[in-house]
Amino acid sequence: MIVAKQKPFETIYGMVAPNKRIMLAGCGSCVTVCFAGGEKEVGILASLLRMRAQKDRKDLDVVEATIKRQCDVEFIDELKPKLDGVEAILSIGCGAGVQYIAERFGKTIVLPGLDTTFLGVTEAMGVWTERCQGCGDCKLHLTAGVCPIARCSKSLLNGPCGGSMNGKCEVSADTPCGWQLIVDRMEALGILDRYEQITPANDWTASRDGGPRRIDREDLHEIK
Amino acid sequence: MVEVPSEKMSPATTPVFEPRIVALLCHYCAFAAADMAGVMRLQHSPNIRVIRLPCTGKLDILYLLRAFEEGADGVMVAGCEEGSCHFVKGNLVAKRRVNFTKGLVAQVGIDPERLRMYNLSSSMGPRWAEISREMIEHVRSLGPSHLRREK
Repeated sequence: MIVAKQKPFETIYGMVAPNKRIMLAGCGSCVTVCFAGGEKEVGILASLLRMRAQKDRKDLDVVEATIKRQCDVEFIDELKPKLDGVEAILSIGCGAGVQYIAERFGKTIVLPGLDTTFLGVTEAMGVWTERCQGCGDCKLHLTAGVCPIARCSKSLLNGPCGGSMNGKCEVSADTPCGWQLIVDRMEALGILDRYEQITPANDWTASRDGGPRRIDREDLHEIK
Repeated sequence: MVEVPSEKMSPATTPVFEPRIVALLCHYCAFAAADMAGVMRLQHSPNIRVIRLPCTGKLDILYLLRAFEEGADGVMVAGCEEGSCHFVKGNLVAKRRVNFTKGLVAQVGIDPERLRMYNLSSSMGPRWAEISREMIEHVRSLGPSHLRREK
């Protein structure tokens, strides 16, 4: 899932304060699961914004709306009937959701309420960790199912580096060394011989280095 | 529901602030204690409006925020004593949510001291009477909430 966290309240309030009527748009997918931008968070943030505005003796009307996904126009269009008089939309979806809402409603200011962080997993209740960097060329079959791109701080394809100490990365004592994880898992699977294989320099064009990415599948195109 | 006078006059004609407090009580302990206080005919002030929850584990941050937003001067949550929750750890969950909400309301200018959590067993009727008086006095000393609405 896409993991995100809410921006500091003061930052959000600073963005919306110049407006008299805003829409607070939540998203029912990834950011709901990571407790950053779902229906519950919409309710909490809307309540806080209203109370803060009242304290500052400002008029602030907050229209609450949570749609299933902010990354599909079918759902974004459900916001349309509620946009009457709305001066700005505060989206607490991921960065993709914020931008797609902005594209759909060209004449309305769209503001981000979250900082989108990484593609990750729920490691424990309230704890999310990164697993994938969306590099566009998955190598998990070479590294025993542990990603060297996302889990090694340096994204080394032939690791570890000298900063690996007692299974931890030198970046932080809380960060496991990605390559230690790879070696441990290879050993557990009895495929440690694969560690001997040197992976050649990576072609990053499938990743961000190739510019904004696009997937186009004609078989799924709408028939007009 | 008993109507709380927004202000009543003391003998010296100084208006006395009558706080409005929302109390969220768990069914098995705190609510039973409040019920017992009633049976024991202990004075229970109408400043406190009681809402019964099946367990304080049902407590939602939104319940607390809504109470403040609607103008409550104080909000109290009361559950079973720690270690004796009917649903094992509902009161511990509530404790976390209360503490988290204290941080939220502080951001919008509400004194986090307006929100308190208590723990008591179902047999503690007199303790309920005591903490409800304590909460009223505590909130009275803080004065009215800036979100208070007069009818």
